[in-house]
Amino acid sequence: MNLQFVADGVLTGAMIGLGAIGVTLTYSILRFANFAQGEFIAWGAYFALLVATALGWLAGGSSTPIGPFSFGWGLMLALIVAMPLTGALALGLDWALFARLREKASSITIVIASFGASMALRSLLEFLFTSRPAYFTRELQIAIRLGWGVRATPDQMALVGLTAILVLALHVLLSRTQIGRSMRAVSENPALARVAGVDVDQVVRVTWLLGGALACASGVMVGLTVQIRPFMGFDLLLPLFAAAILGGIGSVPGALVGGLIVGVAEAAAAATVGAQWRAGVAFVLLIAMLLIRPTGLFGARE
Amino acid sequence: MMSSVLAPSLAVYGSFFLTTALSYALICLGLNLQWGQTGLFNVGVAGFVGIGAYASALLTTPATDAHWGGFGLPIAAGWVGAMGVAGAASALIGIATLRLRADYLAITTFGVAVTIHLVALNAQALTGGPYGIAFIPRPFGDLADRPLLFNGLNLALVAGLALVLYIALERLARSPWGRVLRAIREDEKAAAALGKSPSRYRLQAFALGGAIMGLGGAVQAHFIGFIAPDNYLSSLTFLVWTMLILGGSGNNRGAILGGVLVWALWSASGAAIGAVFPPDQQARASSLQIVAIGVFLALALLLRPRGLIGERTIVSRHLDE
Repeated sequence: MNLQFVADGVLTGAMIGLGAIGVTLTYSILRFANFAQGEFIAWGAYFALLVATALGWLAGGSSTPIGPFSFGWGLMLALIVAMPLTGALALGLDWALFARLREKASSITIVIASFGASMALRSLLEFLFTSRPAYFTRELQIAIRLGWGVRATPDQMALVGLTAILVLALHVLLSRTQIGRSMRAVSENPALARVAGVDVDQVVRVTWLLGGALACASGVMVGLTVQIRPFMGFDLLLPLFAAAILGGIGSVPGALVGGLIVGVAEAAAAATVGAQWRAGVAFVLLIAMLLIRPTGLFGARE
Repeated sequence: MMSSVLAPSLAVYGSFFLTTALSYALICLGLNLQWGQTGLFNVGVAGFVGIGAYASALLTTPATDAHWGGFGLPIAAGWVGAMGVAGAASALIGIATLRLRADYLAITTFGVAVTIHLVALNAQALTGGPYGIAFIPRPFGDLADRPLLFNGLNLALVAGLALVLYIALERLARSPWGRVLRAIREDEKAAAALGKSPSRYRLQAFALGGAIMGLGGAVQAHFIGFIAPDNYLSSLTFLVWTMLILGGSGNNRGAILGGVLVWALWSASGAAIGAVFPPDQQARASSLQIVAIGVFLALALLLRPRGLIGERTIVSRHLDE
């Protein structure tokens, strides 16, 4: 059997995993399922596109491909700029909507609000950029043979590497720093954490920044390997939720592993059942997990 | 002279508008039973509406090779079938998910809607695939060449249906069954301690609400005469939620009022975009409609979470005086 689907699935899974980390962080610290997480992915990609285009005007060679890759230094800089921008978008949405609702409404009302925000944000992208797809680069890439009949392009390998770096950095942040400890404390017990002197508002801000920035990285990866369009984030929303639940809500490594499982399963389904059924895979995995083990692979029992 | 031409066309448009608005109100009543009365968070409204629309279309269309079914049954049979299929699908999904936490239900129902859209799009032998289903019989279809009478009768039919459903749901809400639903919504443990099984009541409310949404979808399908998978996207779910929140969840009159009001806003904003933007920009500009409704929903949640006419607190009718 051809193992190509594993390579394709790992790449998709990395993008899903990065987005799902945002879902799992928001869920464990702010305690609601954020339906607007997909829009951070799409907005992140468009932010990066704007910055990369602006750099292309200012400095000529910014989009000249580096080595075997299809992108130039302009896109790398654009990613570094767009990540905090997307984090700021998440913060802004929290300030305008979620924070106000947290004071007086139930968590399920916040889910409804996030659903509305998701529709509005996506439609705004559609108005600003139209639904025509956009691309970071028009360069063609030749896939490299990796053995066992598997091929991958240099871009794809670089992106899997980028995911590894980001997840590792996040892991260090959560396990070795003061803010990481505070985040884990709030996710365990917000009232107790507040009593113990944890600055809960700061934890909330950092959660949105991290979730937004990682979603942006995921969006740039989708934009580089597929295309950029207003619906790109919304189409990933179900895989994001499936990955977060599969890995266990609140678990960062779980979200990544969940993403990889969903990605590989989607690629396997596309190769066997047919690509048109790909979007149903996340749903099947989600239902199966909720029936068998709702706490997820790495989740704590309640 | 002018008015004699204008008045009938206004009446035709008015009844056409109200018929569509009331078909949304039907769906809203279904969501109100699930969310307003029982506190079940369904983000897959479009999926259940789609099931009803497809079920009724497959049962009532004339025989064809384009999709499964085509039994040519009467419209009423199609509507009963739509309620049955949508109710059964809701019950199945409910059995699997209602014991889970509220936001897991949200995520799962969202997935249900995505999956139903996928099936409608790809199972071409069953649903006609991307081409949808045409030739769905319209109520009073043989009067279609007399627009005023045709639209008036359709309005009377849908309004009658909404009225019957409203009265039935009001009676249910005031019955012991309805009181248990609200008790579970407010305090599940207390209700369970009184010997009421929360999961059974929840399942019943979820299935009945889904059946009503299916009926709403079937009514819409027969009124328009044509359905396609892209009618049943998350923007439909979003519109129905905005209707319920704005009108007042927990209140059946609020659900109907919200349906008519938000549909009026939607139609008016569509007309405004048609007037303001040049034709080649209109498809793009119509996304502003959804932005506007989204902002509207957020404002309603922030400023008037009870909706226009919110739920009335009824402790006991003896305390009303």
